[in-house]
Amino acid sequence: MTAGSPASSRRLSQLQALVLLAVLLAGGVALLEAFGSGYHRTLAALTLINVMLAVSLTMTNGFTGLFSLGHPAFMTLGAYVAIAFTYPAGRKSFAMPDLPAFFSGIEWPLPAGALIGAIAAAAAARIVGISVLRLKVHYLAVATLGLIIIVETLALNLDGLTRGGRGLTGIPRSAELWLIALCTLLVIVGCWRLKHASVGRAMLAVRENEMAARCFGIDAVRLKVTAFVLGAGIAGFCGALLPHVVAVMTPNSFGLMLAFNLVAMVVVGGQGSILGAVFAALAFSLGTEGLRPVEESLGLYGLTQVVVAVVLILVLIWRPKGLFGLDEPLVETR
Amino acid sequence: MSGYLLQQIVNGLTLGSLYALVAIGFSLIYGVVRLVNFAHGDLMMIGAFLTLALVAGGEVAWAIVPLIVMAGGFVAGGAIERLAFKSIRGAPMITGFIVTLSASVAIQNLGLMILGDQPRNFLFPSVFRERLEIGPVSLGVIDLAIPAATLLLVAAVVAFVQRTRLGIAMRAVSENPLAARLMGISLDRAVLVAFGLGGALAAVAGLFWGGKFGQIDPLMGFVPGLKAFVATIIGGVGSVGGAALGGYILGFAEVAFVGFMPAEYAGYRDAFVFGLLILILLVRPQGLFGREEEQRA
Repeated sequence: MTAGSPASSRRLSQLQALVLLAVLLAGGVALLEAFGSGYHRTLAALTLINVMLAVSLTMTNGFTGLFSLGHPAFMTLGAYVAIAFTYPAGRKSFAMPDLPAFFSGIEWPLPAGALIGAIAAAAAARIVGISVLRLKVHYLAVATLGLIIIVETLALNLDGLTRGGRGLTGIPRSAELWLIALCTLLVIVGCWRLKHASVGRAMLAVRENEMAARCFGIDAVRLKVTAFVLGAGIAGFCGALLPHVVAVMTPNSFGLMLAFNLVAMVVVGGQGSILGAVFAALAFSLGTEGLRPVEESLGLYGLTQVVVAVVLILVLIWRPKGLFGLDEPLVETR
Repeated sequence: MSGYLLQQIVNGLTLGSLYALVAIGFSLIYGVVRLVNFAHGDLMMIGAFLTLALVAGGEVAWAIVPLIVMAGGFVAGGAIERLAFKSIRGAPMITGFIVTLSASVAIQNLGLMILGDQPRNFLFPSVFRERLEIGPVSLGVIDLAIPAATLLLVAAVVAFVQRTRLGIAMRAVSENPLAARLMGISLDRAVLVAFGLGGALAAVAGLFWGGKFGQIDPLMGFVPGLKAFVATIIGGVGSVGGAALGGYILGFAEVAFVGFMPAEYAGYRDAFVFGLLILILLVRPQGLFGREEEQRA
């Protein structure tokens, strides 16, 4: 589309969109830091982390047509690895007695720890992915659900590293809102660039028709591994950020329900649409937070989750491609 | 043979029966709609709570409780199919998955809403809780009743699928839905019966589960359901006998892991089961006894 055509004149150019996104994020952070309460800042942080998770899952599942439910497994892994680096050095021997001696003296800043957590998650995804991604769709779904349970079981039983079911407390609240906003910007822009680069187009080709794509010489398995590993890396990073927002980490912090909720966000947004995932994650995070008082006043715990599940079924029946399908609303895509 | 070993064999037989009952449902449903029904395990929960409600009333004779529970499971399975799956039949596979997962989440959370998250105690009548001492082994009557009832049910389902018109129709749909329809077979009915039959077996598995472990809660069905799916894969998806056999193999493997590994590894049993799943999928994705499905453009 050329810049002057009527269809594109109502759309923002990519540069305009980038500036707008950056201004929105920076403005939001500045406002919340100046006027917001602690509750608002925490809510904003959790919402932005959900946005990153949804965008990364739309890359893994939406672009290549995989159906992985394994994000929470990689988040848990990333979180525990990061905490091993960032936990107050003085309390490590008490809380994590089985940690190798190497860790006992170090207390790194969060970005370094989270990055290592992300790398660990990506490495694990690489090892699991080479084998699991050759499976057919329905086996992959069950295998990644199994992965969540495996990781949870390990975390529960490796008492000396995780304090088991009691969970680790006193994690420094070092995930500043501006840091999370910056990461969100980077994740959105990175996935956008990927989707509209040749790698992304090849991924979309695999999603549309794997056999046809392979006939064109596209290495489908390698692309799936790439999407899986990148998604897991971002998941590991987000998993590392989260306990540094809420100060607590337990083996079931990130479980099966989170896997479902992330899939819900991706599907409602349109599998493969980055902005769709962003909007769906915003709507999900704020919507469930809005329903929480209703749930509590009626004493109907579980209501929110029922609503999410029913909405998802209805969306799939009435609008199987989600809000935007593969398209990006509002912004020019070339 | 030592008493300990015998005891483990009995445990494996009981657990395997539970997995087998649920796995058969997975297999039947997969056969007709090529869909893994994630909500299948939650029918176990429905069956368990239905039993509890019937027993709490105290007016229903024990002999007919399993029959009512199975009828309830049939209705629940059929209802899930009609409400959630019928409208998306023919949609891409991923859509089907997400719908079954949504149905599962909705059932679990409706359970939480209505029943609360506290586990309930579950008591069978005293006849079943009596213990028999056979040589060195101490058996609950329930440990014998579960495998016996399971074998009976498996035989009934196999006979149904092999011999009756409806069973043959289901197999035809599973082989080739289009050709089956051209022969005048009602797809709707075959699918409904598969979901209903699976639901009935899962519900009675829920009854047994409560009797064996003594506690039930609204989230009890999901993980055992996933494990039963592992059993289905072990046996080869799509065959009733294979699924039952897979259930017993998994039951024995899990019991052997807990019973013969050092005690500190017992906590890892779920990790073991799903590790086994990933291993089997890698080495033999069509299952130990299944045939490979051809992939066509």
